[in-house]
Amino acid sequence: MTETREMIVRENGTNIHLVPTEKFKTVSITAKWRAPLTRETITKRALLPYVLQQGTVTYPDRSAIQAKLDELYGAVLSVDGSKKGDYHIITIRLEIANQKFISNESSIMDEAISLLNEIIFNPANEHDAFLPSIVNREKDTLRQKIGSVKDDKMRYANMRLIDEMCSDERYSLHIHGYKEDLESITPENLYAYYQSVLNNDQLDVYVAGDFDSTVMEEKVTQAFGRKQESETTTAEKPDKGKQLQQPNEIIETQNVQQAKLHFGYRTNITYADDDYGALHVFNGLFGGFPSSKLFINVREKNSLAYYAASRLESHKGLLFVFSGIAPDDYGQARQIIEEQLKAMKNGDFTEEEMKDTKALIINQLLETMDDAKGLVELLYQQVVAGTDRSPDQLIEDIKSVRKEDVVHAANKCELDTIYLLTSKGGELDE
Amino acid sequence: MNKLTYDRIEEVIYKEELANGLTVYLLPKPEMAKTYGVFSTDYGSIDQTFVPIGQTEQTTVPEGVAHFLEHKMFEKEDRDVFADFGKQGASANAYTSFTKTAYLFAATDQINKNVQTLLDFVQNPYFSEQSVEKEKGIIAQEIEMYNDQPEWQAFMGTLQSLFHHHPVKIDIAGTVDSIRTITKDDLYTCYHTFYHPGNMTLFMAGNFEAEKMMELIRNNQEAKNFPEMTEVKREYPQEPASAAQKENKIAMPVSIPKCTIGLKESAEELRGEAFLEKDLLQSMILDFYFSKGGPFYRELYEEQLIDESFFFETNVEKNFGYSIIGGNTADPDRFSEKAIQLLQSTNKKSFTTEEVERMKKKKIGQMLRAMNSLEFIANKYIHYDTVGVDLFRVIPAIQSLTVERFNTFIRGWIDEDRIAVTKIVNE
Repeated sequence: MTETREMIVRENGTNIHLVPTEKFKTVSITAKWRAPLTRETITKRALLPYVLQQGTVTYPDRSAIQAKLDELYGAVLSVDGSKKGDYHIITIRLEIANQKFISNESSIMDEAISLLNEIIFNPANEHDAFLPSIVNREKDTLRQKIGSVKDDKMRYANMRLIDEMCSDERYSLHIHGYKEDLESITPENLYAYYQSVLNNDQLDVYVAGDFDSTVMEEKVTQAFGRKQESETTTAEKPDKGKQLQQPNEIIETQNVQQAKLHFGYRTNITYADDDYGALHVFNGLFGGFPSSKLFINVREKNSLAYYAASRLESHKGLLFVFSGIAPDDYGQARQIIEEQLKAMKNGDFTEEEMKDTKALIINQLLETMDDAKGLVELLYQQVVAGTDRSPDQLIEDIKSVRKEDVVHAANKCELDTIYLLTSKGGELDE
Repeated sequence: MNKLTYDRIEEVIYKEELANGLTVYLLPKPEMAKTYGVFSTDYGSIDQTFVPIGQTEQTTVPEGVAHFLEHKMFEKEDRDVFADFGKQGASANAYTSFTKTAYLFAATDQINKNVQTLLDFVQNPYFSEQSVEKEKGIIAQEIEMYNDQPEWQAFMGTLQSLFHHHPVKIDIAGTVDSIRTITKDDLYTCYHTFYHPGNMTLFMAGNFEAEKMMELIRNNQEAKNFPEMTEVKREYPQEPASAAQKENKIAMPVSIPKCTIGLKESAEELRGEAFLEKDLLQSMILDFYFSKGGPFYRELYEEQLIDESFFFETNVEKNFGYSIIGGNTADPDRFSEKAIQLLQSTNKKSFTTEEVERMKKKKIGQMLRAMNSLEFIANKYIHYDTVGVDLFRVIPAIQSLTVERFNTFIRGWIDEDRIAVTKIVNE
């Protein structure tokens, strides 16, 4: 196995991260813009990356871009918007076959970099505005996307849980934005907002693959370095969650066969904290794996669910439990899930289980680093958290976690909200 | 142990067929942290009717047995195998497809132990009446989860419309009713018939040394006894070339309707180069028309008949094949009418050299990208191997495709009788 190497070059507010590795037969370039989540900008930010991938000055529509991508051996352009803690991140990524594996090919890397540069800095525009046809179409698409969240019950339940749990916090902002904002977004004001993203957001560019770092550094710095220092990159003070006397219970009904039972907890620990490693081990024992308490007790011992698991949100400090159950089993499933956290708080797990769980977590982190996209996402955690704890350091931290650290982390977890999406006419009154 | 060297893509594979019939492939990748191992049997949800090993009479087992069996393999008399892997720092999983059942692990440590665990748990079944009953509740929840997913309903609805009799039309997991009838004897019958080493392949890719790994696997297998392998006699119904029904409408709660067009592909049994050529042409041509920027995608997009959710997929198996396109659409009627009209227009198509070169470049790049993944390599290698194709020779095969081959294929591709439309609409 090769160690992960990451070289960071700072160039006028752009951080260029070079990650040379022989693991991949492709080279990927990932650009990430980060800004605080706000109600005013969320819908524009949800829309922007999809507008950018629809056309540039040289390649005026999606077909022209796609034809160029196809010619570059099926290079893949992907975009998205995501939430991490109190931040919104716009990602644009281009992955291309490494020319060293293709006979008689030596120029596609350069062409890929200039294509990405064009998509970012030269989007299709007229008179300081995006093209109305593109913006209108993407608004329609986004409107549909916002509406269709309800069709994926697991995602819908998770979204509703966060709505209720974080109602006064920016983290509750919906990742796809809001239908009512779409009316007021114009090709002009979206373009103006994009200029502010380019000037003010923190920009990180990652290049991962099998290449010569010196040569790549020069190419990428030229293509993505900013002309002037960006203005604001720092966060505002983080939102604090409301203090609860007792957990919220929210029950909603829809026409579903399977009920979704989701729990939201506050961990009071984030990526930058010293006890983050302990939190990871806690989550692993509690619900991160098929050997965890949730899976064993909800599924294996009581046959109540096909899935029952927990997941950390590392930057806001949240823990989610989710399971799919028969509507009639709500009371029993809830009780069993609550008992598992209580057991964790009481230290009801063995040294051996802890050792095994650490190995599973480390295995998972190492595996993630064998994937080009996973590697970049892991490295980016440090940027979002504002720390220099590398994935390799995180692994070392996890190795040194002791049982009392895990119990301590478990006791910092507070149940905030229980959300149940269940069938109409189940055991519950409407 | 045979050594297969592939210079252009810088890979080496070691192959051996063991005395008990098991085929083993090893792909060492020392630059990776991970090792991925998959132990796969040539047995899937479509293998419902067969002559059990050691018997003479044909039998038909309930729908969903292959998948049920996959679940039950992890439970032993005294323990759960997930926990064994967990203790060895590995994540384990399994899947059942129409044609295969596969058990797999990924680990970055204790690889030798994990390989042995993989081989031993799959080759040592334990089914009891009590544990079979217990599993029914879990699988019923899995089926209900899929029943609430409009994408899955659209997919299965399409297969049900395309196929008259072929068991590919049956949900891999079976139905809540069919799984209730499954007994422990059904599981043993299927197990003994299809989990013989001669019907199985082990593929390992990742951070290990080939010689030592092969020796470990060989020793593990030599310590076990299996009956003589006989070829499994499987029976599939006679399937007409045409689609079973032209249109299928499913009502369920959705915020926006969905529509899929299914195309029943020709089902002649092919092997080796002929299989690969068909597989490549079918997927490259579908991609040419329907990927973002493709001419059909563009028309559907401009007429606002599709959105981000639009997808297409194609599958060629030994005795069935299908292609599916579809997604969310505000107007399922206009979408299906337009999509079918576009498909029919391909009968007169002649590809240019330029178009073919572009398709070939794209496919080569896609293959290289897919090869970043050990999981892809292992699973695809086994899939191709069962039909006599070498995954690592696919790139040269793409390079050698001619314009004439594309044109011959496209002219016989679409036939209205083999098309079925499925609409998911709000109840």
